[in-house]
Amino acid sequence: MNYDHLMQRVGRADAAADGLDRRSFLKLGAGSGFALGLFTGAVAQTAPAAGLKPQQMPAAFVRIAPDGTVTVMVNRLDFGQGVITGLPMLVAEEMDADWSKVRGELAPAGEAYKDPGFGIQMTGGSSATRNSWQQYRELGARTRAMLVGAAAQRFGVAPSACKVANGVVTAGGKRAGFGELAADAMKQPVPEKVSLKDAKDFTRIGKPTGRLDAAAKSSGRQSFGIDARAEGMKTVLLLHPPVFGGKVASVDASRAKAVKGVVDVLQVDLDRGASGLAVVADGYWPAKMGRDALQVQWNTDAAEKVDTDKLLASYRELAAKPGIRVREADLSKIAGAPRRLVAEYSFPYLAHAPMEPLNCLIEFDGSHCKVSAGSQFQTIDQANIAAALGLKPEQVTLTTMMAGGGFGRRAVPTSDYLVEAARVAKAWRAAGKSGPLKLVWSREDDLRGGYYRPMHLHRAEIGFDDKGKVLGWKHTIVGQSILMGTPFEQYMVKNGVDSVSTEGVADTPYDLPLALDVHHPKVNVPVLWWRSVGHTHTAFVMETLVDEIARSTGQDPVAYRRALLGPKHPRHLAALDLAVQKSGYGKKALAAGRAYGVAVHESFGSIVAYVVEASMKDGQPVLHKVTAGVHCNTVVNPLAVEAQVQGAALMALGTTLPGSAITLKDGVVQQSNFSDYTVARMPQMPLIEVHTVPSTEPPTGMGEPGVPPLAPAFANAIAKLTGKPLRELPFKVAASA
Amino acid sequence: MTSFTVNGKAVTVDADPSTPVLWALRDHLQLTGTKFGCGAALCGACTVHLEGQPIRSCVTPISAVAGRKLTTIEAVAADKVGKAVQAAWVKNDVAQCGYCQSGQIMSATALLRANRKPSDADIDGAMAGNICRCGTYARVRAAIKDAAKTLA
Repeated sequence: MNYDHLMQRVGRADAAADGLDRRSFLKLGAGSGFALGLFTGAVAQTAPAAGLKPQQMPAAFVRIAPDGTVTVMVNRLDFGQGVITGLPMLVAEEMDADWSKVRGELAPAGEAYKDPGFGIQMTGGSSATRNSWQQYRELGARTRAMLVGAAAQRFGVAPSACKVANGVVTAGGKRAGFGELAADAMKQPVPEKVSLKDAKDFTRIGKPTGRLDAAAKSSGRQSFGIDARAEGMKTVLLLHPPVFGGKVASVDASRAKAVKGVVDVLQVDLDRGASGLAVVADGYWPAKMGRDALQVQWNTDAAEKVDTDKLLASYRELAAKPGIRVREADLSKIAGAPRRLVAEYSFPYLAHAPMEPLNCLIEFDGSHCKVSAGSQFQTIDQANIAAALGLKPEQVTLTTMMAGGGFGRRAVPTSDYLVEAARVAKAWRAAGKSGPLKLVWSREDDLRGGYYRPMHLHRAEIGFDDKGKVLGWKHTIVGQSILMGTPFEQYMVKNGVDSVSTEGVADTPYDLPLALDVHHPKVNVPVLWWRSVGHTHTAFVMETLVDEIARSTGQDPVAYRRALLGPKHPRHLAALDLAVQKSGYGKKALAAGRAYGVAVHESFGSIVAYVVEASMKDGQPVLHKVTAGVHCNTVVNPLAVEAQVQGAALMALGTTLPGSAITLKDGVVQQSNFSDYTVARMPQMPLIEVHTVPSTEPPTGMGEPGVPPLAPAFANAIAKLTGKPLRELPFKVAASA
Repeated sequence: MTSFTVNGKAVTVDADPSTPVLWALRDHLQLTGTKFGCGAALCGACTVHLEGQPIRSCVTPISAVAGRKLTTIEAVAADKVGKAVQAAWVKNDVAQCGYCQSGQIMSATALLRANRKPSDADIDGAMAGNICRCGTYARVRAAIKDAAKTLA
């Protein structure tokens, strides 16, 4: 589904009065210490234009240095998806800036940087380019108009006599660069209405553009959250209970405190009612040695101790019972249908496992808190940290750090690890200490720390005829709700149904008599969105079932999908046709032992179709080649779209591999590191070709949509080879046929 | 006190001898280009060169490098191969989040120093230990081949 509508409602509740926006913006401009003017060091002096919100004012977004360098503030987290290049491209396009002089910078938490639609500052739902497309182009156009205004005055000509190209304004024989004009441009009125370029006039948008941070990220110079430093900083490692919600019963910290470099051991309340211990030390290694030396007795009596094998069995029982009806259809024809298919699917808990473990730098002085973190949820994290410390949000300064991946893990409604860090900082201060603390999670902490993609079970009972016409489709989904119990519940959970659990089935584009029930059991395992959220499982179920019906009735899976899509879904058809055409499907015969597999799926407003080539080797599925047909409307940066599809495909491929699962026994997570939690590595990489459908419509996002159709396309190819459907992730392949 | 050489400079670190090289670099020497990913030699983010050989610095104690020479990402471009690899990384727009790329570049540089014309299987072998969650492997492979070409 598309979250816009619901998230806008979150925003409305959050930013209670638009009238306050401008004042808080000015306060931010005056007090934050950031250069929010058109050139470095200047305080924004531009007169606010009537009717403009802080998100629409260039002052908070564009900085022009005397040498002409244009720095664009990016209102998102960049954790690989490339907004630190993509959003500046939009501004530069409308400014007619010299691209070689454009830079991007991640914005701190602040009013002006809230998503113009959502009303919170966040990165998720593949929304950055989609939601800031109009905003950033208008920012660029406004800045350009102000530069032109300044040049016209200087040249003594009308603004309409000025031309702009490559960061230089000219009129007749007169010329001035952006850097020379910046100071005067700031005194110009901010135009409320601006006209934007036609797509045919784009010189930057649509052009393959290398990342602005490529050099820094290829030399070790890029600073991430984990690299943040402050004078006198101590490192903190937390010891969490072995079971979610467990508490410290007793502790002997004497051996830990005896480790050279350990400064203190503090008992702190943790996320979800748990408690644990914080080891404060001079650096990571003493903190780790200290933590290893702690002797703790835990009280886990009150905590439900989950066993995933038993949980799956209970989900199976639930799936046989009526749940909450999400979508209605006439199911009376299933019983008498010429053909029937009953299928059960299961999907494990999944950790996000971004390469940079969770961390933050925090300093609390009693009345103010400074935090540096790779946050996907800046204003939510700011508010949660403030609440934990008894402060107001404006007493928390949150600096957005470049993040080493995230995939959803840095967008937690409870701000789990940041609130824990705040509690450590508070305890540290209560112990009479002061100074900055760097909280670092180990990989083990990351894999065992919860907030997983929820485990799911699907059950489908389908009746169809010999031609593949579906007569009735009874579908049941069992899985924890991600959003219940969070502030998002009131907007995205309706009638007890969490829409991010059912997206991809409830709104299937296929013309099917499909009825959907859902069960949301409550389980003591923290769950969260994981790159493409509900589509990680719903696309797999839908796309393998449709394929199975096609194959079992002797139909071509592509033609079958085209018929089910009908004329109402031209973007699906265009993406599918492009992937088919570029892959050679139906034309090019494959080598013996190889088969094609197909899937197409929409998520977050974009459509990705994959045609893959796969084979079986030594009893294991092998993916050789992936051809992607992508429909994301206007492609802002073809290099970024290609990278996102390649990366999403690899991440999804990882979920098919043996060992890509988080399991629990007696409440304890059984995985600990990359030795027992599998992710895709170089040797598994297939060839991946990415093709996009030409379009000039406003862009839709590409951070997530490449994930959902990969595993089902792969599974369909394998099912064709073995004759046996794959109905779980990671793949469990029966002895080959 | 443990002494060794990092990027041509003699250093002395006052830390427990069991301290991994990774944390000596990051916490004691402020060389943060080398990254922490797993702490168990499973992901390759911490790869540095010990006398030219790639090692996982997260499991190598400083006691094991006493008196020896280390090179990190900060100085890998000091020679022709490292420089070519870095340039190929930028040209091929490899990085996404970029967090693992220091380790990828150190592994790729060691590969190309030993083997100027690596096959796909050679690349798989040398790079399998470096995880990239963003999935940049296609461009990593392309960049290694590109660097090999410029070094030919």
